[in-house]
Amino acid sequence: MSILVFLEQRNGAWNRTSFETLDAAQKAAAELKVPVIAAVLGEGIEDKAGQLTAYDIAKVIAVEHPLLAQYTADAYTAAAEQVIRSVAPRFVLFPHTYQVRDFAPKLAVRFGKCLISDTVHLRAENNGLVATRQLFQGKLNSDIRAEDGAFISIQAGAFRAAEPANGSAQVEKFDVALAPEQIRSKPGEPFRESQRAVDLSSADLIVSVGRGIKDKDNLPIVEELANALGAEIAASRPICDNGWLPMERQVGSSGQTVAPRLYVAVGISGAIQHLVGMKGSRTVVAINKDENAPIFEIADYAAVGDLFEIVPALTEEIKKAKV
Amino acid sequence: MKIIVSVKQVPARDSNLRVDGTGKKLDESDLTYEINEPDAYALEEALQLKEKIGGEVVVLCAGPQRAAQTIREALAKGADRAIHVEVDESQSLDPLATARLLAKAIESERPDLILTGLQSDDSGYGQTGVILAELMGIAHATIIMEVEAEGAGIRVKRELEDGWFQHVSLPLPALLTIQSGIKKLRYATLMGIKKAKTKEVKVLSVAALGADAAPTLDTERVYPPQRVKQAHVFTGDAKQVAKQLVDKLKSEARVL
Repeated sequence: MSILVFLEQRNGAWNRTSFETLDAAQKAAAELKVPVIAAVLGEGIEDKAGQLTAYDIAKVIAVEHPLLAQYTADAYTAAAEQVIRSVAPRFVLFPHTYQVRDFAPKLAVRFGKCLISDTVHLRAENNGLVATRQLFQGKLNSDIRAEDGAFISIQAGAFRAAEPANGSAQVEKFDVALAPEQIRSKPGEPFRESQRAVDLSSADLIVSVGRGIKDKDNLPIVEELANALGAEIAASRPICDNGWLPMERQVGSSGQTVAPRLYVAVGISGAIQHLVGMKGSRTVVAINKDENAPIFEIADYAAVGDLFEIVPALTEEIKKAKV
Repeated sequence: MKIIVSVKQVPARDSNLRVDGTGKKLDESDLTYEINEPDAYALEEALQLKEKIGGEVVVLCAGPQRAAQTIREALAKGADRAIHVEVDESQSLDPLATARLLAKAIESERPDLILTGLQSDDSGYGQTGVILAELMGIAHATIIMEVEAEGAGIRVKRELEDGWFQHVSLPLPALLTIQSGIKKLRYATLMGIKKAKTKEVKVLSVAALGADAAPTLDTERVYPPQRVKQAHVFTGDAKQVAKQLVDKLKSEARVL
């Protein structure tokens, strides 16, 4: 019995959450005293599988097939199903990526299970695992008992990436049976909408605005704050969806990942999709009227109150301080 | 084209959330409810597809009796009829249990397309749609921004991470989970609200469906998260808050 962890690569690049998931698997495995087995799917992934042998795991399973070159839910589900039936692990872990969201729920159902998705914490208890996940975009947590055979996906940023250590694993090739007629969808090449004119990832100071701003016409108070600070302006998803700011200003899992010296979150409640994009910021100031907003959990300085009063006042104070 | 839109009723945004005496679920005593936001976009996409290529939009919802309000609102916006799988107020549904009910409820419908939001704003599993597709044996795609007809099938624009996208072609029938914010949401018109009262809502009980609604996940506890970082909290007069903040940014954070 083992913990089987699927690591994700696309076109030869690892998804960063993969190694965080490996860390989660290693910690759980140490407590349960079971080995970790890593699996990677794709085509031409020998190098990738080889890299995993440097980590403290029992075995690397390389699942290579031409039909896995490009991701499709049908091929990945069929391949992963065959691996799991062969390994028969106690637990199956995935990084909670967009790809995993697309196929892991379907895969788990084939084993009569419901994926415990987007887990932020995992602990061993009574010779099993308890997974913590967030409800209401982080306002509440729930602990779910993960019985043997459970499928669990791990949220980005919830664990530190595993480091290479005690690597003695061998790569085992896994022959997977896939036929073109099993695959119903035809994926196109991934593309970007336009070249990004704004690179927020290198910004030193960021003022970011969310739903709390209520209306496009209220944006100038935030822009004035950004100007006073000499900061780049950014936003959470709903602001860009509404077209109030361009998409290239969006911070979060579907936008940019930033790590400025100062991140001022104005009227942003702090849904996890936003937090994963900015929690590397050194200092976080959050301004929000809801004292239970999840953004305050990662804030260094929390201003609880009406942003329409606090933001202009803050702009004034910053101007004074800079004179 | 026959389109089924699967929607969920969730506590209104900015609700004051409290855990009940069991410590395992929400205290629902003074909550108000609304349509799950991503599902509202799925409904909008369905209505626009119908306007473009014709057909029927059927709203599907599993929830307690109170969900009837959300269903009425969807009908007022222009859906043609609805199927309400009525579950007991005390029953908590996880994605697999929900999808089992939904699959059973639409067994005889034979839709061309099923749309739903990419996740719910309450439990946020983001799985019900994908599981429903698997149970029905149809193709699916998640986190969809655009849908267009392509021959006998459809072509969709799927969102990937970090600002990447991809087009995917799918045969029909198919299930899509729709991303929030992709279209402007319509309001119900007065005429729409009036018409909604006469539209068919088929109410099905779990027992009548003969489906298995037993929970598949074992929730031990629901609780407010512990703060990881202990933030300095400033409240009160805005001017004072601003002053104190600037002091901290200068002396502690050294960013000014």
